[in-house]
Amino acid sequence: MKKRANVFLWAGGILSGLMLCIIILGYFWTPYDPTAMDPKAKFCAPSLNHLLGTDNFGRDIFSRVVDGAGTSFFIALCVVAIGCLAGILIGSLCGYYGGLPDLILTRVCDSITAFPAFLLALVIVTVAGPGTENIILALGILFIPSFARIVRSEFARCRELNYIKSAKLMGAGGMRIMFRHILPNTFPVLLSAVTIGFNNAVLSEASMSFLGIGIQPPYASLGSMLSDSQSFLHSAPWYALGTGGAIVLLILGFSLLSEGLQLKGQR
Amino acid sequence: MKYFIKKSCTLIITLFIVSLLAFLAFQVIPGDPTTALLGTEATAEAREALRQELGLDQPVLLRYFDWLLNFLHGDMGTSYNYRMPVADMLSDKLPITAILTLMSFAFTVVLSIPLGIWAGSTKSRALDLGVTVLDQIIMSVPQFFLGMLACYVFGNLFRLFVPGNFVSYTVSWGACLGYMVLPALAIAIPRIAMTVKMLRSSIQTQLQQDYVRTSRSRGSGRSKILRRHVLKNALIPVITFLAVSAAEIMTGSIIVEQVFTIPGISRLLLASISNRDFPVVQAIVVVVAAWIVIVNFVADLLYQLVDPRIRLR
Repeated sequence: MKKRANVFLWAGGILSGLMLCIIILGYFWTPYDPTAMDPKAKFCAPSLNHLLGTDNFGRDIFSRVVDGAGTSFFIALCVVAIGCLAGILIGSLCGYYGGLPDLILTRVCDSITAFPAFLLALVIVTVAGPGTENIILALGILFIPSFARIVRSEFARCRELNYIKSAKLMGAGGMRIMFRHILPNTFPVLLSAVTIGFNNAVLSEASMSFLGIGIQPPYASLGSMLSDSQSFLHSAPWYALGTGGAIVLLILGFSLLSEGLQLKGQR
Repeated sequence: MKYFIKKSCTLIITLFIVSLLAFLAFQVIPGDPTTALLGTEATAEAREALRQELGLDQPVLLRYFDWLLNFLHGDMGTSYNYRMPVADMLSDKLPITAILTLMSFAFTVVLSIPLGIWAGSTKSRALDLGVTVLDQIIMSVPQFFLGMLACYVFGNLFRLFVPGNFVSYTVSWGACLGYMVLPALAIAIPRIAMTVKMLRSSIQTQLQQDYVRTSRSRGSGRSKILRRHVLKNALIPVITFLAVSAAEIMTGSIIVEQVFTIPGISRLLLASISNRDFPVVQAIVVVVAAWIVIVNFVADLLYQLVDPRIRLR
């Protein structure tokens, strides 16, 4: 078992690391300006000059993919950060103190998670209007229950353990016990939840931008680029393949990582 | 029977809450719908008249019960933009989305359960690794990208169908269903990969249980143990997962409809969102939510068929 678990972790780590390096590099430098148009180089097939070819305005697709992946990555990061932090706060309080508020919040979280995040995000975006901040907020709020649930169950489990009882006997306050003693113990579970959540965030954002209710022009994310590329599927298939491939690699890296983490946790 | 009644009550209460939330969500909107309809130049009187026409001057709870009562009678309100009953706008689009959803759900169930059983009961390390890796890769491909790939490969390269040349079921059932095979597969394939993964690990866990060894030692054959004992236990988590899948497939079909230009509710929904045509969005959200709640209800009922212990609780 040991060797196989490492394969997933390593493959995912290397793939995600590579994507991350390219994305971070892309914030500072891309081979071409992602918005620079070149009328002489419309629909160039992939070549050494343009790694993934050019689009209908002669823009370098590789540069645009790196730029778009940067946007998608940033949004996913914010979404997971909001969901995770708020989830930890709600989950730890509910799990540690229990009682009626815990019961109500658990029920609310359960009913929210029963619905596809996409549908609820759609409602929020309809109400608040499209745009980067609203997407982050909408998805961020929707990601809270899944994190809160995980944290809550971990806290409820740890609450009864002996080391917490002894910490209580030594006079440690509720806050100290929750965030100094229990929280670090939830990190392994939380880490794999974060990688899964990150994937869902990338996927949800891409779907919404693909439908035109996510990122609005002039900004571009992988989803909105894929939607653009659809009209040129026949004349420039590399546009769709390059953009879609980037989404697949981004998600694959993190899903391998989470698989590896889960296998590691099982042992 | 008692279980059925209990679950039915829960179903009704859940539907009630969901409809209330769907209604309230559209009441806290910052913009005024009259501004969207009449423009910013409109006079105060014209606006007031429109408010009365749309019933916006009534208290919220009263409007909710009015709306709910009408909704149950099939009157889903009037579109702000088209001045048309929403029910009429949905009536020819909803069946198309429903067909697509049911078709890809059928694909998911029919393909994933045999595949999962096969992958779970075959013992081979190479196969194990192959299935896991393949699963991971397929799960990473978004449905809309899979749909685009299918469009490109089968539409542009092999010319097996013309993307966008959709035939409605009112014209020809065969052509309609034929066109929907690829989109339905595009939605189903990632879900199949997830279900296979789940069923496989579920079967493998069950196969390690003591009762398998016991019945093996009593001389039962491997396939009999699998069919009679292991499957019943292994399917329980899978049913929950399939219920969740049914919900995801519905939203998946909204996305994939755009890829294959299928005239389902997707385009109407997106247009209504950007036009802030709230009655239409509201109606679609309620219909989708009702579908999800009902699927969960059916899953609950299936549960106790597979596992009678649940009924006792």
